[in-house]
Amino acid sequence: MKKNKIVENIAYIVFLIFGMLTIACVLLITVYLIVSGIPAIKEIGLINFLFGKKWASTAQEPSFGILPFILTSVYGTAAATVLAVPVGLLSSIYISRYANKKVRSVIESFINMLASIPSVVVGLIGMVVLVPTVAKVFRLSDGATLASAIVVLTIMILPNVIKVSVTSLDAVKKEYEDGSIALGATKEETIIKVTIPKAKSGIASAIVLAIGRAIGEAMAVVMVSGNVANMPTLFDSVRFLTTAISSEMSYASVGSLQRNALFSIALVLYVFIMLINAFLNIFLKKGQEN
Amino acid sequence: MGDNKLSRKKRLFTIILKVLMVLSILITVALILWMIIFVLFKGLKDISWHFIVSKPSYINESIGIWPNIVNTIYIVFTTIIVVIPAGTAAAIYLNEYGKNKKLIKIIEYASETLSAIPSIIYGLVGMLIFSNNIGTSILAGCLTLVIMNLPTVMRTVQESLKTVPNSYREGAYALSAGKFRMITTVVIPGCIDGIVTSCILAIGRIISESAALIYTAGISNACKNYFSGLFSSGASLTVALYVYAKEQGEIQVGYQIAAILMILTFIINILTVKIASKLKKRRLS
Repeated sequence: MKKNKIVENIAYIVFLIFGMLTIACVLLITVYLIVSGIPAIKEIGLINFLFGKKWASTAQEPSFGILPFILTSVYGTAAATVLAVPVGLLSSIYISRYANKKVRSVIESFINMLASIPSVVVGLIGMVVLVPTVAKVFRLSDGATLASAIVVLTIMILPNVIKVSVTSLDAVKKEYEDGSIALGATKEETIIKVTIPKAKSGIASAIVLAIGRAIGEAMAVVMVSGNVANMPTLFDSVRFLTTAISSEMSYASVGSLQRNALFSIALVLYVFIMLINAFLNIFLKKGQEN
Repeated sequence: MGDNKLSRKKRLFTIILKVLMVLSILITVALILWMIIFVLFKGLKDISWHFIVSKPSYINESIGIWPNIVNTIYIVFTTIIVVIPAGTAAAIYLNEYGKNKKLIKIIEYASETLSAIPSIIYGLVGMLIFSNNIGTSILAGCLTLVIMNLPTVMRTVQESLKTVPNSYREGAYALSAGKFRMITTVVIPGCIDGIVTSCILAIGRIISESAALIYTAGISNACKNYFSGLFSSGASLTVALYVYAKEQGEIQVGYQIAAILMILTFIINILTVKIASKLKKRRLS
């Protein structure tokens, strides 16, 4: 009997430790990012770092302003979201309310496929097809611009928008729609005035998830955005927060201010992600209350 | 009550909405189809057996991706054997032991946070935590990927634990089994479907991951056996694609690796669907 009790207690402790693993990982990541991100911010000054317009990490008199990266990430993400949400939402209405079972399963398997294509593959296609096309259409010397990055990001977040929206549209009870149709509304009016408002919080979380994905994408974007630290304009080569890290990480020497500044950029990105995550939770909570 | 009784405005609205919907879905599907066909066509056009099973050689000026295939297999295998037990144990804690609602909320919030963190940040943190201590190595990359995939595995297994009927647990208790014995004999066999599903999901994510691996597992193309490979740097297929196509300008090699990755992704997607439908059938019966 006593032996059994010992086994039970050990099992409980082991499972408890694994249960706590996610919390431990989050704490570990947060602590490491703060500890390695703060020194450079201290040295440069928070205001200079966040709002400095010039990034010249390897110049004689280096300057470390990441405003161009922040704005590029914000503009790029916003534009991709604005493009992907209407297309994604309309597609998800079709999938959820119009497609028959067979068509739906075919379309859904395509969308799952798009969601799981590795980002380097999307980046490669962007690099060899999109970048030259952008250069040709807009008569630029180099097509690796913010515009190309926006297109790639749009493609990458589209399946996320569609999948989450479809789930939330599917969850709307049929009774509400029947009521609307019984009152003489057409199917389309019902969808716009009844179904979508009911699925509002689910659609909102689809959008927020997509924003999170877009702001964190690195590999696909670095292959099409040209990677020069300009202030963002649509047809200039730009750097995102993510690509600013990846483009200099491999050669910045250990302990240098340049390398520490890269960790500070990661910290800024992490803060963005945490804010987005908090928003997401608010929307999800609202959805549960409905 | 025909359509002609509706006002013109309403009819126009209906038509516009339908046209926009069909247009969106057509654009989406056409885009995906084109991407798949484009990559497969460009990549498989002149792919050779030699390209797949040889190492890159400066003497022959030839490129082979065998080391990258081997590294990818090492990475998938190592990550899976760590993350599946860990994630399953975490799920069991949440579903079978956890009584404190507040603590469970915190754990779930932590897992959401983990799945929201972008892979480039995982790459950096993995470099700081693992690579700085055990060196840039496949093992460091795997440990980073374990943290990344933990929430997926945990959530998938937890979902399937919820479907194990409580009467099974009570039955085990009635036969005077302790909680641990009940878990090993009733709960774990009951959630085996969730474990298999999470395995496939995790494999898919590991194969397509690149940003988290490039600074942790490195970009070397050496071909080693498992145990020495684990402790030395090695590029996976995705990392190799990036290095060849972006940094060395070998676009054709990029296409070929992309085609292989596309086929792997396709297989994993089919497996996911097959297993999901099989489980649905079993659950209904």
